[in-house]
Amino acid sequence: MTQYRRPDNVEDVVRTLSDAEGNGRLLVGGTDLLVAVRRRPLDPLVLVDLKAVADLPPAIEVTEAAVRFGPTATMSDLAADSRLAAMFPALVAASRVVGSLAIRNRASLIGNICNASPAGDTAPALLIYGARVTIVGRAGERTIPLSQFFVGPGLTTCGPDEFVLRVDLPRPADGYRSAFERLTRRRGVDLATVSVAAGVSAEGSITLGLGAVGPTPLLTETAAAVDLEDVDAVEQAVKQLIGIATPISDLRSGREYRQAMIAVLARRAVSAAARSVGTKGPST
Amino acid sequence: MSERDVSRELAPVKVTLDVNGTAHRLEVPAHRTLLDAIRDDIGLTGTKKCCADGECGACTVFLDGRIVNSCLVLCAEAEGCSVGTIESLSVGGLTDLQEEFLAAGAVQCGVCIPGQVMAAEALLQTNPTAKPAEIREAMSGNLCRCAGYERIVAAIQAAAKRRGSSR
Ligand code: FES
Ligand code: FES
Repeated sequence: MTQYRRPDNVEDVVRTLSDAEGNGRLLVGGTDLLVAVRRRPLDPLVLVDLKAVADLPPAIEVTEAAVRFGPTATMSDLAADSRLAAMFPALVAASRVVGSLAIRNRASLIGNICNASPAGDTAPALLIYGARVTIVGRAGERTIPLSQFFVGPGLTTCGPDEFVLRVDLPRPADGYRSAFERLTRRRGVDLATVSVAAGVSAEGSITLGLGAVGPTPLLTETAAAVDLEDVDAVEQAVKQLIGIATPISDLRSGREYRQAMIAVLARRAVSAAARSVGTKGPST
Repeated sequence: MSERDVSRELAPVKVTLDVNGTAHRLEVPAHRTLLDAIRDDIGLTGTKKCCADGECGACTVFLDGRIVNSCLVLCAEAEGCSVGTIESLSVGGLTDLQEEFLAAGAVQCGVCIPGQVMAAEALLQTNPTAKPAEIREAMSGNLCRCAGYERIVAAIQAAAKRRGSSR
């Protein structure tokens, strides 16, 4: 039978998870979790609601050097935040296409990455911005780059007695620009067939976050600067970068189509980023 | 739990929540959704249950001022929250939006309509002059099996016009 717990402090969350012996599931928006619960109502799951925990980081906190997201930050919170839109346009664009408005009002950013879906909408953007994930458990806190957080489809390095306490994004450097591109079968309430977040630095290095073309969201970066005005050079760089993609066929697309589209979307995302207005760094 | 405490596992969850301005105290199993609590425990059947999976929007209600799919919220999670259902809209007769749904012939079998009206109401509250593209975007989580989309969008546009001119 499903059980429900509503702890009010972080220590209690960790204790509840460890008492649940692997059956604990963190609940914030519930937009994926509760669908699973409904399919298997007899599983001995212990749902641990984080929404009454008093000592969590605030949903969104903007400081001089970074932006911090707590577990309760929803997609709608991100979508509505003009400070974020200026600094992290690819992330805000991704948050705006998740599900429907009613879903975005519930779905949390951290829940989205903890599901570790290869097609998760926000992961490619978080990856290019160098997101760092802080996980808390019995042994205290540990912080790792998001790129090391994903292990496989639905799998992360977060243990059964642990949970993600916050995600930090450093403010982008001066002149950094970014964009998000996503392909779906229909507009609205569909998972991505392929998605790409692209970041370009003032010096011309390109970073790509790729969704739905590997067992986890992927991060890849050019070794040297690229002349962003030179169409052929960009095309070559993108071709090399997307070499890490290993798409498979599923109900949303065939492998070959994904392979072809990842190149198209990556080129579009890079040129959209290059054309966009750059951010101001933390010093100004 | 090393020794399974069955009584704790099966104990109902006590929930206090406000629905349409009335306080309710419920005792429900942990897995009871807010949708089922509204319909079966509280007896307000205007909110519809269709997919129960977050796909169709028939169960749309306001939860602390934001629309949600009530099939994807546990009743227990709504502790201390205020819920607004379709019944709360028309206490003083039909709203302008509901009138426009009727005038446009947007209601066919009617199952999706409470959810459509709630989502449209949420849109018009935040964006009273919504354009067709914005309407379609905001309504993308509300499916209509009778495919009355053109008329639904037309109804919302007409309501937006009325609200715009009465401001
Ligand atoms: S019944 Fe809730 S979205 Fe369909
Ligand atoms: S009127 Fe029948 S489902 Fe919309």
